[in-house]
Amino acid sequence: MNEHSFFFTAMIYLAAAVVCVPVAKKLGLGSVLGYLLAGIFIGPNVMGFIGAEGQDILHFAEFGVVMMLFLIGIELEPSLLWKLRAPIVGLGGMQVLISTAVISVIAWWMGQPWNAALALGMTFSLSSTAIVLQILKEKGWMPSAAGQSAFSVLLFQDIAVIPMLAIFPLLAPVGAATSTGGHTFRDGLSGWMQTLMVFGAVITIILAGRYLVRPLLRLVAQVRVRELFTTFALLLVVGISVLMTLVGLSPALGAFLGGVVLANSEYRHELESDIEPFKGLLLGLFFIAVGASIDFHLILSQPLVMLGLVLALMMVKCLILMGLGKVFKLSTDQNLLFGYSLSQVGEFAFVLLSFTRQTGILPDATASMMTAVVALSMAFTPLVILLYEKLLQPRFTITENSTREADAIDEKNPVILAGFGKTGNVIGRFLLANGVPTTILDLDSDRIDMLHNLGIRAYYGDASRQDLLHAAGAAEAKIIIIATDTIDQTTEIVKVVRQHFPNLQMLVKAATIPDTFDLMELGVLHIYRESLDTSLRMGADALHMLGFRAYNARRAASTFRQHDEKALKELSALRDDRKTYLNTFKERIEEMSTLIQTDKVKPWNDEILSWDERSLMEEEGNPEVGEIPDTNSSAEILNVKKENT
Amino acid sequence: MAKILILFAHPALEKSRIHAGLLKNIKGTQGVTLHDLYEVYPDLNVDADREQALLLQHDIILFQHPFYWYSAPAIIKQWQDLVLEHGWAYGHTGKALSGKRMGNVISTGGSQQSYTVGGHHGYTIHDFLLPFRQTARLCNMEYLPPFVIHGTHRLKRQDLPFCCMQYRETLEALRDDKYTPAMLQEAVYLNDLIAQTSDSN
Repeated sequence: MNEHSFFFTAMIYLAAAVVCVPVAKKLGLGSVLGYLLAGIFIGPNVMGFIGAEGQDILHFAEFGVVMMLFLIGIELEPSLLWKLRAPIVGLGGMQVLISTAVISVIAWWMGQPWNAALALGMTFSLSSTAIVLQILKEKGWMPSAAGQSAFSVLLFQDIAVIPMLAIFPLLAPVGAATSTGGHTFRDGLSGWMQTLMVFGAVITIILAGRYLVRPLLRLVAQVRVRELFTTFALLLVVGISVLMTLVGLSPALGAFLGGVVLANSEYRHELESDIEPFKGLLLGLFFIAVGASIDFHLILSQPLVMLGLVLALMMVKCLILMGLGKVFKLSTDQNLLFGYSLSQVGEFAFVLLSFTRQTGILPDATASMMTAVVALSMAFTPLVILLYEKLLQPRFTITENSTREADAIDEKNPVILAGFGKTGNVIGRFLLANGVPTTILDLDSDRIDMLHNLGIRAYYGDASRQDLLHAAGAAEAKIIIIATDTIDQTTEIVKVVRQHFPNLQMLVKAATIPDTFDLMELGVLHIYRESLDTSLRMGADALHMLGFRAYNARRAASTFRQHDEKALKELSALRDDRKTYLNTFKERIEEMSTLIQTDKVKPWNDEILSWDERSLMEEEGNPEVGEIPDTNSSAEILNVKKENT
Repeated sequence: MAKILILFAHPALEKSRIHAGLLKNIKGTQGVTLHDLYEVYPDLNVDADREQALLLQHDIILFQHPFYWYSAPAIIKQWQDLVLEHGWAYGHTGKALSGKRMGNVISTGGSQQSYTVGGHHGYTIHDFLLPFRQTARLCNMEYLPPFVIHGTHRLKRQDLPFCCMQYRETLEALRDDKYTPAMLQEAVYLNDLIAQTSDSN
């Protein structure tokens, strides 16, 4: 491949990513799997566009992981990090210790000498920060309990790498070359000096972040050369990496720390948006390199053994993680996600394994086999997550829902409130404040529990079930207020109420205009668009601030609402005729433009002729009739008011 | 020095020449508080407690408004209904307003001539203001003669400064208690007390 120019290689990488990632995303496989597939495709085993240099690229692309941790750090308030200290040390520490011990014992039992077994145990106890965090972020699972736990464990693993690197030379058989090539400042220093250096580096980052980087950022920002800021942001991350490598610490950990220190900086968002594309590119490159480095010849030479090893390894890791998750009180579905997501072996294993090969802890054959196992386990991770997402998670949410029986309802009130979300919440409080007893139904069990803790009686149950509505007193009630979260739930309830409880007046919340149309078609008379009143109140206040009289602004809003609702009704009637093709976006835009067209026809203030004396003045023949302002702005008048009151 | 509260009501001030001018002219007059009801309560949700407190701080209460349908714009009625509570403003224990003075400052489209027996409107302004007069009496207040600007539909630009000046002088005279009870008793409009030369038409 030497004849290939740099640009040709870059083209291959970029093209593979551009083709594979969208396809993978479209198929619901996620971007990580897309990159891995791209790597496999262009790798030596399939197309052969790239060969041995895949390993070098892997090391280079690991910098993407450093950038990712910087970005995670910058999004993390120090206070949140402090809150996570228990899971980081407790959960993370236990995970590394137990996984190392168990995997070492298994390796030893399978015939490895004790030192090799221990090295393998430590190597395999780590998980892949790059893959896991990328997937969790992409799926939006980072804030979940499993996401937080996984993040804590990964963070601890990054710390744990440091002692591991210190222990590995001790495991090397006597006589083997212990030199790893990469010398650091720490070599040849006594133990306490090394510790001092580590602490010194950490404190340097914190102090520099506080007192040096911030003023520097301000300085660079003042130059107003956009790319210079980007350059400085990159320098920052690279600089931290160099410093950390010098003292023998993990660059990712340092970058994370640097990010946390800058989390409160006013340039946080600029830094984020500057680093983000580089991180994305490098991580993509990293995943491609992982895919390309999978040695299919080796795997295919003994497919069953390899597959068995990978699956057994992932299962062991997963079981240990889930056991710990149980101890740390994760709910079952979160615990499954936690265990599944961290079951692979991390990118750091590549470094550790090449180290074991150099120092002779493991023979070449075993080391390359283990490297393949690591790569395979990484490649399997998106698949395992996919399995969780498509098969296990939905089953879980369903079973969890159905395991909770609908609450028994022992009150009968004139009002039933279905849905206690943002809208229902205010309605419920308002009715309660006015002494109207209301039966509250909701499908969110957490919300119900929270309400119970607040001393508010609310019942868990699906309001679209006829028996539940009956139990809630729907036959005797006067009104049902439907403020559920989704339009599907809402229409279900509307249908049931119409069929079984025609005595109930329905007040229904709608989120969007299409939802409103759906409800109109169902014959609902009282539809309340979620944002309409708020928008108009804001609009009226804006008019007021511009100098319109308050009453004028209020009437304008009120008139506009009546007009808007009327126009919507007319549009709905039109819509019935051509409903079949109306779901397209273009049609919605057309609807909106029709609405806006009608807005222009009747300005409200032309309608209040009674307060307008112009016609009377005309009748009296006053030539000054034209001098009455017919615009609404009369800031001068308002100034009179303000200075007098 | 008496304190004057002007309860101003105009639903569309942006379309009014005369009231905009009047307000502008009394701007900054000492002892005069302007309370713009439609601006403070655009939804007609009058805060009775706040209004009562405001009344207690003043000695003369004037309703300033166009003379819509021989009466006041809707918010004045709403204000009366909500603020003049039984037991506070009237009734055995309702003495909060006793000793204060109350009056109307109005603008009418028609001339003074049209507001006479046999005129276009058939009755005098004094007659039409009967509900206000009786309201003042019930609330133990003295009812002042109205300040009236007639013929606003025919009013020319050059007439405005005169009306405005009259209004300001009237307020200052009321504030400084320059009108004897006998003068007030006798006057048809407050305008008459200003200067012998005054002729609003």
